Amino acid sequence: MSSLRADFALIESWIAPGSRVLDLGCGDGTLLSRLKRERGVSGYGVDIADTNVLAALTNGINVIQSDLEAGLNTFTDRSFDTVILSHTLQAMRNTKRIMEEMVRVGLEGVVSFPNFGYVKNRDQVAAGRMPVSEEMPYQWHDTPNVHLCTMADFDRFCSDLGITVIDRRAFTDDREILSGDPNLLGALAVYRFRKR
Amino acid sequence: MSKISPGSVGAVSPQTMHFSEPLEFRSGARLDAYDLVYETYGTLNAAHSNAVLVCHALNAAHHVAGWYADEPDNIGWWDNMIGPGKPLDTNRFFVIGVNNLGGCFGSTGPKSINPKTGQPYGSDFPVVTVEDWVEAQARLADRLGIARFAAVMGGSLGAMQALQWPLSYPERVGHALVIACAPRLSAQNIAFNEVARQAIVTDPDFHGGHYYRHGVVPRRGLRLARMIGHITYLSDDVMAEKFGRELRDGHIKFGYDVDFQIESYLRHQGDKFSDYFDANTYLLITRALDYFDPAADHGDSLAKALARARASFLVVSFTTDWRFSPARSREIVRALLDNRADVSYAEIDAPHGHDEFLLEDARYHALVRAYYERVASSIGAGT
Repeated sequence: MSSLRADFALIESWIAPGSRVLDLGCGDGTLLSRLKRERGVSGYGVDIADTNVLAALTNGINVIQSDLEAGLNTFTDRSFDTVILSHTLQAMRNTKRIMEEMVRVGLEGVVSFPNFGYVKNRDQVAAGRMPVSEEMPYQWHDTPNVHLCTMADFDRFCSDLGITVIDRRAFTDDREILSGDPNLLGALAVYRFRKR
Repeated sequence: MSKISPGSVGAVSPQTMHFSEPLEFRSGARLDAYDLVYETYGTLNAAHSNAVLVCHALNAAHHVAGWYADEPDNIGWWDNMIGPGKPLDTNRFFVIGVNNLGGCFGSTGPKSINPKTGQPYGSDFPVVTVEDWVEAQARLADRLGIARFAAVMGGSLGAMQALQWPLSYPERVGHALVIACAPRLSAQNIAFNEVARQAIVTDPDFHGGHYYRHGVVPRRGLRLARMIGHITYLSDDVMAEKFGRELRDGHIKFGYDVDFQIESYLRHQGDKFSDYFDANTYLLITRALDYFDPAADHGDSLAKALARARASFLVVSFTTDWRFSPARSREIVRALLDNRADVSYAEIDAPHGHDEFLLEDARYHALVRAYYERVASSIGAGT
């Protein structure tokens, strides 16, 4: 589980103390709790699952039960400093819409997703199989992931949407990829972006 | 007594508080003196910080939890929510239920005697608003030594009071639990209320609201009012599931008496209700619903109206509630978000429609329980 959360420390470093954060797909509120504690942020988590809403509420998070696929129409333009979508983008159907909503509601967006371009995924495809990994632990027929992409794909996607990438990092086994091609070496991609 | 579930507050007794300071209503009318009937459960702590006010909706009253020693079957209307170890835990909180002004269960209302005439007020009783109720509740709180409520909670019209509290008295409420609410009625909501009122006022036994002196009650009107109200409390799905097109006697009878079970059910509900509820109170409460509109004085901006609130909020809606749909609760949530208020919102996927707020749904109760943990820690009464 820890490597799934390798991005949290990085995301924390991107969040200014005292800023306003919206955490989409907040789960039990682990990230937002950490940001509240370490960065003194205020904000809300958003999740659709009853169990997550209850867990986040229990963990002291302000949580709004909502379906991200329907957009963020409960939230006003530019009402947050940062909108985070961690480990959720690949499971969303309305990918374009949520990206547009993130930069509408927030001054900056942060997204993390499993990088399909990671060498071990490419190897599995080359060997004739759909990849299964720590970041994508599902069989093809039983996966919530409907929109997997590589970092190169996501770069182009952002560009097409008029979104400027401020920073992009990659991680494998909890360690940041500091040299070489992140799209080849990184299992998990983390992007920081804003509207152009 | 053996049938009483564990976790009940047990036998309770209503109390009456008399007020002789005049109360001016939003309409400009005033009452020189009045009584409020209320019940309390649990113990007020030394700091007087653990009080929770539970506000009732259309047809309920102060009897929120427990039962009466001489009427063990008369169980409080929110007994599944409130009691020792229940989501609103009376081992920790001092809970107050109060029959609102204009009610018909002991607090001063249309069937009380108007001291100026020696006759029941009838339709001369002032039209009461949610704001007026909050004012009266605040005076009761003063008398009970409660400067600030840990929480104010309600469903439906009760939720409107829970929403109004932080607007009327921002410093006097820590948390507001706003369940199955709407920030104001829609035209459709008002339309249903108007049909109910027309049923009552056109009943020949209504006598302009002074039916008491004629020794009659507008039963037919009240019965119809309840029947139409009841339709709006249930979801289409639950009605289909509960009754469907089931026939009471197994075959249609080519007449206008009861054929379908749903007809039998509605008639029964209407009969029961018209036995115990006062028609003038029904008129008055539906008007209070119609008039509730905190945004009206703020250029129709709910966000501006809620700007004065200092409380934290839990807003809960139910997916099959078409009377006050989740979209109406989201209007409240959005306005609170615009004010950067502390708010959590849950949309419970449940089948029963508006009535769900009274039912024992595990997810719903777990949320309320978790929220009261937060309320408890905010007053230093955590586990």
